[in-house]
Amino acid sequence: MIFLKLFLAFLQIGAFSFGGGYAAMPLIQAQVIDRYGWLTMSDFTDLVTIAEMTPGPIAVNSATFVGNQVAGIPGALVATAGVILPSCIFVTGLAWLYKKYRNLVLLQGILQFLRPAVVAMIFTAGLKILIPAVFTSGAISLAAGDVNIRTVVYFIGALIALRKFKIGPIKVMVGCGLLEFIVRWGLRIFGA
Amino acid sequence: MEQMDRKHVLRKLFFSTLYLSTFTFGGGYVIVTLLKSKFVDELHWIDDDEMLDLVAIAQSSPGAIAVNGAIVVGYKLAGLPGILCSVLGAIIPPFLILTAISFFYDAFKSNFAIKALLSGMTAGVAAVIMSVVYDMGGDVVKTRDWVRILAMILAFTANYFFHVNVILIILVTAAVGAVRTIVREKRKGAGQ
Repeated sequence: MIFLKLFLAFLQIGAFSFGGGYAAMPLIQAQVIDRYGWLTMSDFTDLVTIAEMTPGPIAVNSATFVGNQVAGIPGALVATAGVILPSCIFVTGLAWLYKKYRNLVLLQGILQFLRPAVVAMIFTAGLKILIPAVFTSGAISLAAGDVNIRTVVYFIGALIALRKFKIGPIKVMVGCGLLEFIVRWGLRIFGA
Repeated sequence: MEQMDRKHVLRKLFFSTLYLSTFTFGGGYVIVTLLKSKFVDELHWIDDDEMLDLVAIAQSSPGAIAVNGAIVVGYKLAGLPGILCSVLGAIIPPFLILTAISFFYDAFKSNFAIKALLSGMTAGVAAVIMSVVYDMGGDVVKTRDWVRILAMILAFTANYFFHVNVILIILVTAAVGAVRTIVREKRKGAGQ
């Protein structure tokens, strides 16, 4: 039953992404690509790009997108409901407990400890986007035809723009996209 | 607060989160800040200290921070109907935008220009993610807490090299964090 699968997959994504935003990425990868094969890695990369470019949380954007791709608008509704349900329960429960005890020490201790693991998993998710983009064979390899030089240049340029010149992420991403478009357009016209 | 028209509160909740969710790029933390300036600084419906606690709850809970922020504010101002209004406001914009994109995605992803743009932007997205990882990872290293640094390395190794389930890693880390916090609190209690 596809709706139930969508609901449960996004319920897990909603329930275990601690730390907001990028924290949802490894979970989405695990459910949507590895477990159910609803998206290919390249579709997922596009999705992350689109999610970055549009308002709204990555988790909600992904639920809507994947739900739509897999089972149309009803699928999107079910997946979105799944991804926000844990928030509704957890946050309300916590607000109620907090009213009663005025103490979040245990929870904040757990979170402090979760953050390193979450960073590690975001790093993995990022590598899974970066490596196939840089190496045409999909795995790390330094053979001549295997390295996509343009991607390497954009990646390094983007890092410099972000870190040194503090340019906003959306501008940096659009810049990379436009450069690649101009290069491909040029190659097509001048027939390389 | 008591004499304020309930309908007015619910309407304000819905349209505030709808507006913020439509026009806010840059993730949950930005939305939470804007929620604060709306409901604390502009409307004075929530006081400053309480908002700090509500934000802490939103950030401590799993799921999208923007949705969690909408839930705490909705809950605080109007209970369950408040949650319903604020959450609907928060998710309607991304739902509509991503549904539209998903509708066109299959037709457009083979388009020359879109393909080039998305392909170039992938390098930009990877750079944005790596930059976030650098900042978050740097914060972990700066704590000089070797247990947390070790947790980060172990989580990465388990996730990247051994493909250990993401949820399992989160559960184990949360359990270790809980034990550590309880032991620390007990020690603190005994020392006093």
